[in-house]
Formats: sequence, C-alpha cells, structure tokens
Amino acid sequence: MKNMIFLKAFLVGGLLCVIAQLLMDLTSHKVTPAHVLVGFVTGGVILSALGLYQPLVNWAGAGATVPLSGFGHLLAQGAIGGVKQKGVLGAFSGGVAATAAGITAAVVFGYLAALAFRPKG
Amino acid sequence: MAEVKDSQPLEIQKKEYQKMVQEVQPRPTVGRNVFWAFVVGGLISVLGQLFLNFFQARGLALPEAGAATSTVLVFLAALLTGLGVYDEIAKIAGAGSIVPITGFANSMVAPAMEYRGEGLVLGVGARLFTVAGPVLVFGIVTAWIVAILYYFFR
Repeated sequence: MKNMIFLKAFLVGGLLCVIAQLLMDLTSHKVTPAHVLVGFVTGGVILSALGLYQPLVNWAGAGATVPLSGFGHLLAQGAIGGVKQKGVLGAFSGGVAATAAGITAAVVFGYLAALAFRPKG
Repeated sequence: MAEVKDSQPLEIQKKEYQKMVQEVQPRPTVGRNVFWAFVVGGLISVLGQLFLNFFQARGLALPEAGAATSTVLVFLAALLTGLGVYDEIAKIAGAGSIVPITGFANSMVAPAMEYRGEGLVLGVGARLFTVAGPVLVFGIVTAWIVAILYYFFR
C-alpha cells in the first residue's frame, strides 16, 4: 500500500506533538515553546547519533522529518557526514550545510513577513 | 467534591480549595490539548509528506525533496503568521503547531513583527532569533559534539 506512508506520517508526527504537549501540561516546570523546540532539536541530534532516528524516518517519512527533531537529525547526520568526508573540519561545516535550506528559508521568509505584515490588535 | 466550610482554619480551606481546583481543572484540558496537538501535528506532517512526494515525483532526490519541503512549509508558516492565522491555530493546537518546522518559522516571525517598532536591526533582526537563536545554539553545539566524538571513537 503506497498511501500507508500518509497514515504513518500522521501517527508519528502527531505522537511527537503529543509528547511535547504532555511535557507542557503535566510538568511542574514552566515549559515554554522555546524549551519545547530546543528540547526537540537536541533530542533529535542525540537519537540520530545513536542510530535511532533514521529508522523512524524510514518508517514515517515526513512524520519524522517535519517535527523539529528531524531538523536535529539533519544537523547530526550532516556533521557526522562532514567528519567522514573532511575530518575535523567537517564537524564544523557539515551540520549547518545540511540544514542550510531550512535556515535560510526561515530567515528570509521570516524577515520579509515581519516587514510585510502588521500584528493584529 | 470536597466542601469548603468557612469555619475551618485558613490553611485547611486553602488545601481544600487546591484539591477542588485539581479535581475540576487539569484533566479535561490536558485531554483536549493532547487530542488537538495530535491531530494538528499529524496533519502538518501529512502536508509535508504530500510536498515530499510531489518533489520526488518531479525528479528531486530525497535530501533535495526534503529541503524543498522544509522551504515550502516555512514559507507557508511565515505567511500564515503574518496574516494572523497561525496564532489562531496555535491557540487550539498547542504543541501540534509548535513542534513542526512551521512552529519554528512562527517563533521567528511573530516576535519580529511584534517588535518591528524597535527598528530593523534591534527590532526585526534581533527578535527573529528570540527562539530560533537558542534552537540553533543547542542544535549546532550538540551536533558538533556528536561529530567530534564520532571523529575520535569511530
């Protein structure tokens, strides 16, 4: 079934958000969106380094890459790939190179949107 | 539900009151939050999968298709944030609209718009990184450590 990937993406993408929602609602600490995003990116890097994130990407596709843990996965794999190609220098260049499109898109579109629109109210 | 009597000492009244609040408040809210986080987070991922399939069908390799997907999602999120739509979704979706890369884009645009009055440099330029800054710091540092460990222990 080719369309199963959509169901898997829905399930995994949804469940990752549920984890974050539970962290925000059920912990005594004040968990802000910033903490959630930092936690997911860091968690994604670590799971990726341990070889646990790629299987999730293989199974759930965008369900694993669209959440910010997928951004962490890209960073980790980019940095490790950099070391494989260029040695120590690759640890400095590989991670950001792998995520350059997303970062640039966010900065460019973010800047333009902030100029083009006024906040409501 | 426990009753609070005026005749009880204040401490006990307080405790009883907290018990009542706990009984009444969090459970249904958490359930509803979790439900909407699941649905919206899942749907944004499905949207990503649609773009991913589309770009692959157009002949892009998986990494390039992934980069193109992120770019489109970030664009849409920036646009919807500018129009004030994304924050309306976020009120219901909670983490469902925070965790996807669209939430990352939203976290950049929203404060940059809000503080535009402080100027292009310290308003827009700096506030774009209110949340994105910490995300990049922790993501890049952790990935760097992982890569260095890999270099020494592979």
